[in-house]
Amino acid sequence: MRRQKVLVLYLANSALDAPVVAWSMYDGTGETFRMAGDQDAPPYPTGLAALRDGWRLFQASQLNPHARGEEFDLAYLKYEFWFEQLVEIAP
Amino acid sequence: MTLLSSVEVARFVARGFLRFDAAVPADINEQFMAEAGAVQAAAEGRRVMQVYAQTLAGSGIPEAPPGRPLTDTYPADSALGRLMALPRVAGAFRSLLGEAPVFDHHFLHITFPPAYYEAGGAENVSQHTHQDSTIDPRLRFDVQLMYYPHEVTADMGGTRFVPGTHLRKVSEVAVGRYQNIRGQQHMVCPAGTLLFLHHGLWHGGGVNRSDRTRYMFKIRANASGSQVRQWDASDLNGPPAPRPIFFRKAPPAPDTVETILMTPEPWFEQDTGRLEFVNRIKLWRYLTGEADYDADYWLTRLENTAA
Repeated sequence: MRRQKVLVLYLANSALDAPVVAWSMYDGTGETFRMAGDQDAPPYPTGLAALRDGWRLFQASQLNPHARGEEFDLAYLKYEFWFEQLVEIAP
Repeated sequence: MTLLSSVEVARFVARGFLRFDAAVPADINEQFMAEAGAVQAAAEGRRVMQVYAQTLAGSGIPEAPPGRPLTDTYPADSALGRLMALPRVAGAFRSLLGEAPVFDHHFLHITFPPAYYEAGGAENVSQHTHQDSTIDPRLRFDVQLMYYPHEVTADMGGTRFVPGTHLRKVSEVAVGRYQNIRGQQHMVCPAGTLLFLHHGLWHGGGVNRSDRTRYMFKIRANASGSQVRQWDASDLNGPPAPRPIFFRKAPPAPDTVETILMTPEPWFEQDTGRLEFVNRIKLWRYLTGEADYDADYWLTRLENTAA
């Protein structure tokens, strides 16, 4: 059986080799259980470092123009990159 | 009362919190724990939320509707009445919210040890990161006091918060996807510690892996009048002289309002970090009443439009 591990990295700009500023991990194998606030140092220094460690990038946030009048409104983290690993587990 | 200084208010504007360790005397902490009430012991099949509801129902802390004067919320001889009368507490609320703050709501946050989850058949996890209430586009802000009546050790899962996130306009737990953010802090503190938060600061309860139940009491209050220069602003003497930007031969002087407002957080994105500076300057303008205040030329440049 195959299960998915998901890594979400939030980077300091839109380049994949930019520094990680936030991160999340979800483990579909059940081997680990990650939760909010469980790690104070990022697992990788950059998104590129995650690629080099075998993570497969499958989604990156788009760059959208800024709506007039709302140029200074900040909300969610802007540079979100989704990675996965598919892992074989015993049935 | 002990009013905040301009440097303290600038730190609140920049980072969204002020922390005062062991600011509440031990006798008030002990009285609070007695009035808050003890939790039932963990028992097989007893769910955590049942224990929680019974604790709240039996607590000596009164229910209180929103909208009343903050100073009238608690009996003067109760632990919370005595807490609110402390010069540090009264002075911080006055400094940030002005005269006659209004009570919004309060809540007794309890974080249970693993035994309660094992007995009740639930998973012991931390709370998702969130911003309280709902989307709040105001520049005017509320203050949330978090009171830690007993010592909080690292394994007790003290409140996690992310300095500098308070000016982001997000929708409550929509930020729950972010498990970890560089620069996040976890409350590990002595008994009687106080945390004053801007209402927008991202935070969440940690997971308690100890064998002790953790208490935190939160009080939210609103301004009813002006928030302009309600602190001890005697050290503010008009607009600061502009300081050199970018090309500097030495680090800027520490602990000035400008240095505090222009200090980034570890999680700042490289471009939006500058927008955070802009939004801090706007909040400082609001609080000081100085409509043309600027730090490091960010707004002066943007406001230089065609005549």
